[in-house]
Amino acid sequence: MVRPLGFLVGLGFITALVLAIFTTPLSNEPNAAYAFHKKARPLKLASDGILLPHWDKAQLQRGMQVYKEVCSACHSLNLVAFRNIADFGYTDGQIKTFAKGFQVPSINPDTGEPATRDGLPSDYFPAPYANEVAARAANNNALPPDLSLITKAREGGKNYVYSLLTGYQNPPANLPKELQPSTGLHYNPYFANLNLAMAKPLTDGQVTYADGTKSTVDQMAKDVSAFLVWTAEPKLIKRIQVGYAVFFFLLIFTVLTYLSYRNIWADKKH
Amino acid sequence: MATESELNAGIEDGVRRRDFINIAAVSFAGVGAVAVVLPLVNQMNPSADVLALSTTEIDISAIQPGQAIKTSWRKQPVFVRNLVAKEIADAKAVPLGDLRDPETIDQRTKPGKENWLITLGVCTHLGCVPLGAAEGENKGDFGGYFCPCHGSHYDTAARIRKGPAPKNLVVPPYEFTSDTVVTIG
Amino acid sequence: MSFPWAKPYEPQHPLMKWMDERLPIPRLVYNATGPGYPVPRNLNYFWNFGVLAGAALMIQIITGIVLAMHYAANAGVAFNSVEHIMRDVNAGWFLRYAHMNGASMFFIVVYLHIFRGLYYGSYKAPREMVWLLGVVIFLLMMATAFMGYVLPWGQMSFWGAQVITGFFSAIPVVGEPMRVWLLGGFVPDNSALNRFFSLHYLLPFVIAGVIILHIWALHIPGSSNPTGIEVKDEQDTVPFHPYYTAKDGFGLGVFLLAFVALTFFSPNLLGHPDNYIPANSLSTPAHIVPEWYFWPFYAILRAFTFNFLWIDAKLWGVIAMFASIALLFFLPWLDSSPVKSSNYRPLYRIFFWVLMADIALLAVCGMKPAEQPWVILSQLGAAYYFAHFLIILPIISRIERPLPMPNSITEAVLAKHADKPSETAA
Repeated sequence: MVRPLGFLVGLGFITALVLAIFTTPLSNEPNAAYAFHKKARPLKLASDGILLPHWDKAQLQRGMQVYKEVCSACHSLNLVAFRNIADFGYTDGQIKTFAKGFQVPSINPDTGEPATRDGLPSDYFPAPYANEVAARAANNNALPPDLSLITKAREGGKNYVYSLLTGYQNPPANLPKELQPSTGLHYNPYFANLNLAMAKPLTDGQVTYADGTKSTVDQMAKDVSAFLVWTAEPKLIKRIQVGYAVFFFLLIFTVLTYLSYRNIWADKKH
Repeated sequence: MATESELNAGIEDGVRRRDFINIAAVSFAGVGAVAVVLPLVNQMNPSADVLALSTTEIDISAIQPGQAIKTSWRKQPVFVRNLVAKEIADAKAVPLGDLRDPETIDQRTKPGKENWLITLGVCTHLGCVPLGAAEGENKGDFGGYFCPCHGSHYDTAARIRKGPAPKNLVVPPYEFTSDTVVTIG
Repeated sequence: MSFPWAKPYEPQHPLMKWMDERLPIPRLVYNATGPGYPVPRNLNYFWNFGVLAGAALMIQIITGIVLAMHYAANAGVAFNSVEHIMRDVNAGWFLRYAHMNGASMFFIVVYLHIFRGLYYGSYKAPREMVWLLGVVIFLLMMATAFMGYVLPWGQMSFWGAQVITGFFSAIPVVGEPMRVWLLGGFVPDNSALNRFFSLHYLLPFVIAGVIILHIWALHIPGSSNPTGIEVKDEQDTVPFHPYYTAKDGFGLGVFLLAFVALTFFSPNLLGHPDNYIPANSLSTPAHIVPEWYFWPFYAILRAFTFNFLWIDAKLWGVIAMFASIALLFFLPWLDSSPVKSSNYRPLYRIFFWVLMADIALLAVCGMKPAEQPWVILSQLGAAYYFAHFLIILPIISRIERPLPMPNSITEAVLAKHADKPSETAA
């Protein structure tokens, strides 16, 4: 009973599928943008890989400076607190001073009206806009994404961020008309649909690095990408270090269990 | 050839080396299991964001002598009290031997700032918030604080005088960052 | 439990005797996974995966209970509470990554466990009930994994919930009300998130319960083995402890090594970047892709693009996807061959490997966007999947001539060792 019924059910599914095969067009809708889209260029960082990765503290400090002086005009960093920057070499006192330089939302203790106060180490980087509507209103209806997780939230991660920041260029001559950037959009072959609302954010010499590094666009893009790798996963280095300890412990455990297994079975053919 | 005899024959052959490896493997498993328990226990400790809230700044300029305010530190209530001269004198008049938890008022305030009594508003009995900080509240038999839960009375130096509480109200770590600003924590 | 030569439990210590007379848990353990359970002596490494699946479930339950202490099932804060775990909670990043990759490891070992059953005919009499309970566990796992994936409330969480509950709207008449009922709203939101969290916490314990039944049912006939020949006498078996506890210990070591490598060195390898973007009901990701362990089923769902008979394509897809798992319930009766192990089934063995390749193909199709050639490949793959179980298998189990089989497990073992006598010493 099961087998004849199963046979009929199987024939039903297969017929539906065969009909589907013959009615589905074999060619894809042409996607013109695909030909112009570029794959992200690789960015090498000290925190890469699993072979002794580490934070390049000087680079993270520079990257934070780029974020603070350039990106933070439009992009929030909601998940990062001032206290977190101790990770790349700031002392408690420096963090306190740094935090004080920001005004964070608060309420007036006397009137209850919205107000601001000096930042504390426990505060988070304040957002440039009060809410999404305000952000869109100020940016030609485009929403600048929060950057805390951006290197984990985009295909290509840090490579994508770095490529995008350095990838602004004039549209190629053979770009079809429908792919040309319309008003308020900017051509960038690393962006998914080639045209994005953000204008080229970095220009040479835009920030002045305290450590004397020359602030070329490429250098700033590298630094801020490194910083955003850290904001996305501050525990990255610790994770790999702990991973080593656990892995080697388990390796010894596994060898011991194998020897134990061979011992116990030594006199038993199987 | 039965299972048992095979097994036994094996054991008689090389009991030491075999046992050693088996014991080592089981020991490693045990050590690993204990190591895994550590993060499972530690995750219940206060997280980094909770620990970061460990300092509070208080502006005390508006507190008149004889008044007190209630604020908070690490989400616990803190009493800041501006003592009048009589309250300080009362506290000093008590012989230390009469106290359940002997401490002088000098030990409980900062030098030169004896009038500022800063304590946690957490009864040392079972953690209720004592009365006496706000205007018109019951200050207990000794003019300090009174815990309504189980009737503990604290004096003007917030020391336990009567009732079930075992200890004086806790003085948190704090310092005067200026004449009018106190940083707790 | 099962064989007359099973070593009886004889408590030595007075405390154990006292316990045995009142609540014989030590006896139960002794007879289930101790010296009192005789197991065929010839099990290969594919028999490790049942124990490993149990270990994976325990890891998921333990890390899950701990994560629930920090997670907030509220659409407003769920995403940030996961990041709070990742950033601020002590060892939180480890617990979260372990749970996230533990789900993948669980599916890896369960799939290997299932494929072992398919190759060696473990679903056949007298072990049909073991198989049926196993399929129930698999279904519960899928439900649990789906709801767990919704909890971080990222873009893939949200749109996964939207798409999966959308299956129900394919059902005529009652479908749409059912979808709204499941979600407690018109899109996944707070109500859906809360109930998914509640059920995600509950179902693993239900799984644990069904696993007990699964093991109970297994212990009635005893474990199968690579020859598929039933145990005949004592020399065919060894006691579970210490023989298979030692072997499972080694298996556990290898499993944990893979698990740790994934968790610590590449925790996001199997995840999707879009799930690090907070859920947004107004913007759909470019390609919605389920977690890898659902890819083959997702490919079957999407393969149906033609309104055949009075059923539209969408409903065909939903029915086919559920049928692709439901047909496993009938497998013990679809395959009527008395020979269990594929080692002695030359014809079935070929189709088994074709099925493995087919499932791998479907997985790739499920991962890819709905473009050619993946659409046609998924249609061909889905057609073979159904043909394999519903048409090919019943036919070959009739026409196949099995290879000559040894008379007993011990004979098979001795024959294997005959050509390499050096190992028989001791």
